[in-house]
Amino acid sequence: MPYGPHAADDRAQMLEAIGISSVDALFEDIPEPLRASPLRLDEPEPELELSARLAALAARNRVDLASFLGAGAYRHWTPATVDQMLLRGEWYTAYTPYQPEVSQGTLQSIYEYQSLLAELTALDVVSASHYDGGAATAEAALMTCRATRRERVLVSRGVHPHYRQTLETYAEGAGLVADEIPLVADGPLAGTTDLAALERMLADPDRRVAGVVAAQPNVLGLLEDMPEIGRLGHAAGALFVSVIEPVSLAVLAPPGEYGADIAAGEGQPLGIPLSYGGPYLGIVACTDALVRQIPGRLVGLTSDLDGRRAFVMTLRAREQDIRREKAASNICTNQALLALAASIYVATIGPHGLRDVAALGAARAAELEAALAAAGAPRAHDGPYLNEFVVRVPDAPVLHARLLDRGVLAGIPTAALLPDEPSLADGLLVCATEVTTAADIDRFASALRLELAGAATGGVR
Amino acid sequence: MVPGDLRYTKEHEWVRVDGDEATVGITQYAADQLGDIVFVELPDAGRSIDQFATFGVVESVKAVSDLFAPVSGEVTGTNDALAGEPELVNTDPYGGGWMVKLRLTDAAQLDELLDPGAYEQLIAEG
Amino acid sequence: MTVVGDRLQPTIFERSRPGRGGGKIPHPPKDALARIPAGHRRGNPAALPELAEPDVVRHYVNLSQLNYAIDTGFYPLGSCTMKYNPKLNEWAARLPGFAGLHPMAPDAVAQGTLQLLFELEELLAEISGMDAVTLQPAAGAHGELTGILMVRAYHRSRGDTERTEVLVPDSSHGTNPATATMAGFRTITIPSAPDGGVDVEAFRAALGPRTAAIMITNPSTLGLFERRIGELLEATHAAGALAYMDGANLNAILGRFKPGEAGFDVMHFNTHKTFSTPHGGGGPGAGPVGVGARLAPFLPAPRVLRAEDGSFRLERPAERPTSIGRMRSFTGSSGVLVRAYAYIRAHGAAGLREVSDDAVLAANYLKHRLAGTYQVPFERACKHEFVASAADIKHRTGVRTLDIAKRLIDKGYHPPTIYFPLTVEEAMLIEPTETESLETLDGFADALIEIAREAETDPALVTSAPHDAPVRRLDETTAARQPNLRWRGMTGAQLPCPD
Repeated sequence: MPYGPHAADDRAQMLEAIGISSVDALFEDIPEPLRASPLRLDEPEPELELSARLAALAARNRVDLASFLGAGAYRHWTPATVDQMLLRGEWYTAYTPYQPEVSQGTLQSIYEYQSLLAELTALDVVSASHYDGGAATAEAALMTCRATRRERVLVSRGVHPHYRQTLETYAEGAGLVADEIPLVADGPLAGTTDLAALERMLADPDRRVAGVVAAQPNVLGLLEDMPEIGRLGHAAGALFVSVIEPVSLAVLAPPGEYGADIAAGEGQPLGIPLSYGGPYLGIVACTDALVRQIPGRLVGLTSDLDGRRAFVMTLRAREQDIRREKAASNICTNQALLALAASIYVATIGPHGLRDVAALGAARAAELEAALAAAGAPRAHDGPYLNEFVVRVPDAPVLHARLLDRGVLAGIPTAALLPDEPSLADGLLVCATEVTTAADIDRFASALRLELAGAATGGVR
Repeated sequence: MVPGDLRYTKEHEWVRVDGDEATVGITQYAADQLGDIVFVELPDAGRSIDQFATFGVVESVKAVSDLFAPVSGEVTGTNDALAGEPELVNTDPYGGGWMVKLRLTDAAQLDELLDPGAYEQLIAEG
Repeated sequence: MTVVGDRLQPTIFERSRPGRGGGKIPHPPKDALARIPAGHRRGNPAALPELAEPDVVRHYVNLSQLNYAIDTGFYPLGSCTMKYNPKLNEWAARLPGFAGLHPMAPDAVAQGTLQLLFELEELLAEISGMDAVTLQPAAGAHGELTGILMVRAYHRSRGDTERTEVLVPDSSHGTNPATATMAGFRTITIPSAPDGGVDVEAFRAALGPRTAAIMITNPSTLGLFERRIGELLEATHAAGALAYMDGANLNAILGRFKPGEAGFDVMHFNTHKTFSTPHGGGGPGAGPVGVGARLAPFLPAPRVLRAEDGSFRLERPAERPTSIGRMRSFTGSSGVLVRAYAYIRAHGAAGLREVSDDAVLAANYLKHRLAGTYQVPFERACKHEFVASAADIKHRTGVRTLDIAKRLIDKGYHPPTIYFPLTVEEAMLIEPTETESLETLDGFADALIEIAREAETDPALVTSAPHDAPVRRLDETTAARQPNLRWRGMTGAQLPCPD
C-alpha cells in the first residue's frame, strides 16, 4: 500500500495483541456466500508511472485554443495567493469544524466568506454549503416553497438550462411544480424574461406562486429588468430569487438593492478553476427573514469562556444530523475550501480589482462584438449586456465545428444550449473576460471571415 | 415543582384552561432536558390543531423536539416574545414562556391528560 | 483593530485600509461600462476589504494555523475516514489540462478528462460490484438524493405509485431520512437489535407494498458488519422494494464485500472518505452513485459514453428519456474525481484490499487497547471503526464524553466523533484509518487512558478542557439566540472610495 505506515512486524504485533493469527479473522462476520469475488483491477502503479499517466491524460485535453466559452463557467485570471494558501494542509486536510476549539481557522474563514458575499449581494445571510450554481438555484427555489407554504415556482427561461433542469429534478422529488416563464421573442426586449407572461402566470388564483426565479445577467448575457420582476412577484405574494454571477456584482446592482429575497448562483468565477465543471461553489444568500429556511452550515460570531471573540457553527438544529427527516435539506457538506478560495481571491484583488475585472470583461466583450459584426456575425439582441452575448451566424453548429478546426472555441451554439428556443437556432453564445486578448479576438474574427466567405461560395453547407 | 393547576401530556406539554381558552407550554422538566432553548417555531393564528398532533418545534443548541397539542383547538394567539427571548422557556416555562393559545373545542379531552400527581410520577421515573 | 487572544486573528475587514493592495488587474478603459444603463449599475462599491498582498498571506497563514488537520496530527473522527491525503493527487488535479478545461468544451477538446471519468466509472463499478456508475453527484448526501430519486423513478416506471415509504435504521446518518423527505418519501425508523445490528424482524414487519426502499449503512455506523444482510436483502426484494447502501463506511470492506454482488440495488461512494480526496474543511467532496442493471436507465444525464472508435463523448440532451434528469450543472466535480482516480490506480486491487485490512486491524487494535478503560458496547470484531462509551465514567465522576473529547485536544489529538450514533449513551465513534502508525495508535490509546484516570483524580481538569487550544469552550447558546452571521463593522475610513 503506497501510503501505509507499517514496518515489518507492526501488523504482527497488533494481531498478537488482539489474539488472532490473521486479519482474515476480522472479516469472518461477512457471510460466506456474500464475500466478494476477486477485485479485477490493474496492479498498483508506482508514483513515477502514475504521474506520467495523469500528465498524459491531462495533455489530451485542449486548453490552448482561443476560447470564448462562458455560459455559467468563466475563465478568469487568479492571483497566485489563492492556490499557495489553498495548498496548506491545515486547510485542505481538515474537516467540518465540529470541534471549534481546534477549527477557528476554518470557522473564521467561513464567517468572512459569509460576510464578503453578504456585502456583494447586499443580503444578510450566506451559506457556504452549496455544490454549484444549479444545486444552489434548486435549493433557493425549495426555500421559497417552505417559506410561503406554496408549491409552485416560476423560472425564467433566461436562467441557465442546467440550473432549470436541476431545479426540475429537485422539484419533482419534493412534489413541487416548476413552470417556465418564456422569453420575449423579438423587438427591443428580445431575449429577456417576458414580463407580461409572468404577470399572467402569477395571476392564476388556483395555483399560487411561491417564488419567481430570474437571472442577472441571463443565460444569453442580457440584463433583465430585475426590479420589475421582483415587484410583480411580491405583488402576488411570491418571493424573488435572483440568480447572479458574483464578479458582475462589482458593477451591477446587487440583489438586495432591487428587492430580491434570495440570491443564488455559481461562485466559480471567484478564483476557482474551471476543472470541467467542478468542484464549484454554490452561492445562496438571503434576507434575515429567511434565515430559518436556508439550508446548510452557518458560522456565527460568539465568545469563549474567557470572553475572547471566536467563531462557531450555529443554528445547527436546522440541520439533517439533528432534525433528520424534518430537516430543510439533506446537505451535510460545506464547500469550505472553495469558499476560502473565493475569499482569498476577493481579498487579494480588492473591491477596485473586482470592479476592474468586471469592467475589463465588458470592454473586451465590446471589442469582440465589433470585430464579429465586422466579420459578418452581428449581435442577435438589442438589449444591454455585460460581457456575454449572442451573435447570429448561418448554420451555427457546423460553423462552430469548423472554427474549432481553426483553433477557435467559438462559444456555444445556442441551438445546443437552448434547443427549445426556435428564435435562437442560428446563434453562438460568446463571452469575453479580462483574460481575452486582442490576438484571440483577431483569430476568432479572421477565422469567421474566412468561414463565412467560404459559406458564401457554398463551403459551409 | 409541578404546578397543581395544570394538566400535562406524556410528552411534557402543559395546558391551562380558562373558559374556552387553553394556554399551552412545555414543562420545566422538558426545558431542563433540552437545555438552553434557542428557537421556538409556532403555528399561524387561525390554524386548527388536533389533540396530540404536532403544532410546533422547540430547538436547543444541539437538540430539537416536536411540540404536541394537549387538546384540539383553533390557534387564537402565539407568544411573540419567544422570537426575541426564547430563554423565557427556560426561565419561566409556566408563565412568560407560554407558547400558544387555543380555542378549546372539546373540554372532555382534558380527561385524557395527566393530572399533576401523575405527571410528577412520570418524570420521577425518568 | 481589536486583536483578540494571542493566536486569534482580526477579521479580514479589520485589517482593511483604503488604498492598500491593487496592481493586480490592468485598468480598464474609462468608458468600459458606459454602455450599461445606469439603472442596472451598482451605486457605491461593495464594502470589501483592501489589503496588501503580504497582509493577505499572513492573514490566511495565521488562520490556517488555528486548524487541526490530518497533515498536523491524528484525526480519528468516526464515520469520516480521515486518512492521509496523497500529495500526488493535489498535483494531478492542478495540471493545466485538467484544471483549465471549460465544462462546455466540445467533446473533441475534452478527451483526456472524458477518458478519466469513463475509466473511473469502470473502476468504481468493479469495486462495488455494480453495473453502472454516475459521477455527477457533488457529495455523499447529493448521491443519496440521486439514488433515491432513481428508486422513485423505477417504481413509477412500473406504474407502482403506492410505494411512499423508506425504511432506515435508527443508527443511520441523518442524511438518510433527510434525503427520503427531499425525494418525497415518508421515513419509517426501525430500531436496532440489541447486538447493534439491524433488526431484521422489525424490518420484515415494516416491509410491504408501501415500501419503496430500505437504506442501510454497511458496515453500520457502529462499525459492525451486518451479518444478516443477506436475509434483509432477500426480504426487501420479496416485498418489491429496493435496497440502498450508504457507502460511507466502504473503507472497511474493499475487496471483501461488493454491495452489488450481494444484492444491493444502489449505493453511493464518498470519494473524500474511501478514496482520500481531501475533506477541505467540509468540502468539496464527491458522491458517485453505483446502480444495478434495473436502475441504470434512470441514471442522471449526461453520462460519459465510449464510441465505437474509442473516443469518448457526453450524452446529448434528451438522448435517454428515462433519466431522472440533472442533479447539478455540467458533468461532475472532475477536479475531485481526478484525485480519486489517482488514488485507486496507485493502490490497485492488492493495495485497496490492504487499505481495508489495515484500517480494520488498526480499529480492532485500538478497541482492544481501550476495552479495559472504556465500555465497548459491542464486543465482536469491529470493522474500520468502533464505539466506545464513557457512560460508566460519567456516572462515577460526572465527566462526560464531551469533556473527554475536549481534553484530547490538550493532548494533541483531534477528538473522535461524539454523541453519534444516537443509540449509544455517551458515545465516542473512533476511526483510526489505515494510514496511522502503531506509535500513533498507542499514543492515542495512552492519552485516552490517561484522561480516564484524570476523570477520577482531577475531574475539573477534564471538564474545563481544553486548556491548550487557541480558544476555550464557546458560548454556543448566545451564538444561536442572537446570531451574528456577517461582519458589519466596516464603516467610515475603512470603506473603499467610490470610483
